[in-house]
Amino acid sequence: MFLAWRELVFARARFGLMGGVVALIATLVVVLSGLSSGLVNDGVSGLQRLPVTAFAFAEGTKTDSAFSRSTVNVDQAKAWKSRADVGDATPFGNMLVNAKAVTADGVQVPIDLALFGVEPGSFLAPAVSAGAGLGAPDGIVVSQTVLEHGLAIGDTVVIDRLGTRLKVVGTTGDQRTFGHVDVAYLPLRSWQQVHAGAGPGDEVRDGAYAEATAIALRARDGNRIDLPGGDAAAGTTSMTLKESFGASPGYSAETATLTLIQVFLYAISALVVGTFFTVWTIQRKHELAVIRAMGSSTGYLMRDTMIQAAVILTVSTAVGFLIGVGGGTLLTTTPMPFALEVPPLVLAALLLIGLGLAGAAAAVGRIVRVDPLAALGGQR
Amino acid sequence: MTTTNSTSPRPNSRRGDAQERGGLLVEGVTLTLGDGDATITALDDVHLNVAPGEFVAIVGPSGSGKSSLLAVAGALTTPDAGRVLLDGVDISRANGREKARHRREKIGFVFQSGNLIPALTTLDQLRFALDVAGKRADDGYDPRELLDRVGMGHRAGHRPHQLSGGERQRVGIARALVTRPAVLLVDEPTAALDRARSDDIVTLLAHETHEANVATIMVTHDHDVLHHCDRILSMVDGRLSE
Ligand SMILES: Nc1ncnc2c1ncn2[C@@H]1O[C@H](COP(=O)(O)OP(=O)(O)OP(=O)(O)O)[C@@H](O)[C@H]1O
Ligand SMILES: [Mg+2]
Repeated sequence: MFLAWRELVFARARFGLMGGVVALIATLVVVLSGLSSGLVNDGVSGLQRLPVTAFAFAEGTKTDSAFSRSTVNVDQAKAWKSRADVGDATPFGNMLVNAKAVTADGVQVPIDLALFGVEPGSFLAPAVSAGAGLGAPDGIVVSQTVLEHGLAIGDTVVIDRLGTRLKVVGTTGDQRTFGHVDVAYLPLRSWQQVHAGAGPGDEVRDGAYAEATAIALRARDGNRIDLPGGDAAAGTTSMTLKESFGASPGYSAETATLTLIQVFLYAISALVVGTFFTVWTIQRKHELAVIRAMGSSTGYLMRDTMIQAAVILTVSTAVGFLIGVGGGTLLTTTPMPFALEVPPLVLAALLLIGLGLAGAAAAVGRIVRVDPLAALGGQR
Repeated sequence: MTTTNSTSPRPNSRRGDAQERGGLLVEGVTLTLGDGDATITALDDVHLNVAPGEFVAIVGPSGSGKSSLLAVAGALTTPDAGRVLLDGVDISRANGREKARHRREKIGFVFQSGNLIPALTTLDQLRFALDVAGKRADDGYDPRELLDRVGMGHRAGHRPHQLSGGERQRVGIARALVTRPAVLLVDEPTAALDRARSDDIVTLLAHETHEANVATIMVTHDHDVLHHCDRILSMVDGRLSE
């Protein structure tokens, strides 16, 4: 500790340079973390906020296309509901539509919607923070983000091609999006009409009212449902809520890309720190030999270097995070999918510091190999 | 075999009274360096006894084994045969960890070019030596007092790059002494200094050897300074003679 601090101050330019690199990486990590959280919200917040344990899709459905390809019969909910570990089961409709919103002053705004068809009164029916709940056949409850796009409760949305007119009756008050598209809840029966391609006054084809995308399942207690057993009984292919995120358009690719970039950043940061302390140790080789000749243990010298690494990493990560969070707060006011969430940021900080320390630890191993005998005789 | 108590942690923990000290005893030490066919006998049956307060100079041609003797006496190198007793403790068979402990408890090194730590001020060089040795200020000398003694009190806040060669060497001597070692090992302290400065430094070493009652060995090529020493030994091909 005696030497560690004095050397930090003495070689502040060099340490500052490395700290600057770590701080920049930390800033980038914050931005990427915010982008990740934002994309996750944008991609699957509509699913995340459903009180669902698992979805049962049509038999043989693949994850990546589950919500767009699967069609189940609403009666399959009964088979699931009768199982002991299932508390409730209800049909769930999910489809993406293009629409035009007509605001109070008659302006038409194009808007994409993810239509969630749910039985009013079922456990899927959304709680509203403003306006009315689900009930009227043409009444939709929308994500808060729809209102941020300039719509208000009472406005009308007209679905393209079909001409179906839906009325915004309420909002959930929070962000609910699916595949970067705002969610609008509507009664299952209305959803079935739209899904069957029937506009106002059209004949609805046979069987349309028996169709849904999946059966939403809620566990009786805890979070455990015997999915394979239920699938066998009901003739479905089910996946947990989390697994079903992979069915959100683009979700897997986006999160995988961002995760990869973050992994690279952590690795780069650890390497930068490791390289710095390797060079630092080599530069100080003669000095270290002198100190060892004076009788210091290797532990004493290693501890000193690790203290330096810990100080630099903590300070530069803190600086980088301050810049990142400051800049990120500005981003959250833009339409960019960006959300600063505390748990992933804490994890990121711990990873940066922890991996940096590991890099430094790998470098200080060299101290053991410094021969105190080198202190005798010539200068270098 | 009389004294083989090298494993007891602090044989002479009551070291306040300088008269009790044992100095340095080297008995029949042999050291071969290199490996395979290229081995060199750097030290060949060397005997040496330096009493506390005695200032011994070792001269000899380059490659004769002078630095090797300092390395063995300073618990840096393990000899192939023979014994080295520091302050009454046999250090010749110690392992790496024990050697480090012997160095910080019993030995002070003065190096050719001072070898000060660039980041530290003069005063901190001494405090650092105490910290490395794990000694509190009252175990060793008071750093400020010692700096005054070597004539460096007015440079306490300067860093090595702000000091002259002779000043650095004075700080180096104070740093070696601040932990109150039993043995002071000095390797060519005047190699980088002019004649007048060299004389100053060796005068200081002689004075401190007597003042601190430490057993001092100085390796040197500088024959002009030998008159300050109590005894002069010469080394030729690993053999030591009067
Ligand atoms: N690590 C080593 N491996 C092999 N031989 C060595 C090693 N170190 C020193 N020697 C040899 O041991 C002999 C004694 O070396 P030493 O450094 O003790 O000489 P010296 O008297 O201090 O010389 P100088 O006056 O040049 O400093 C020399 O022949 C040297 O070449
Ligand atoms: Mg030498």
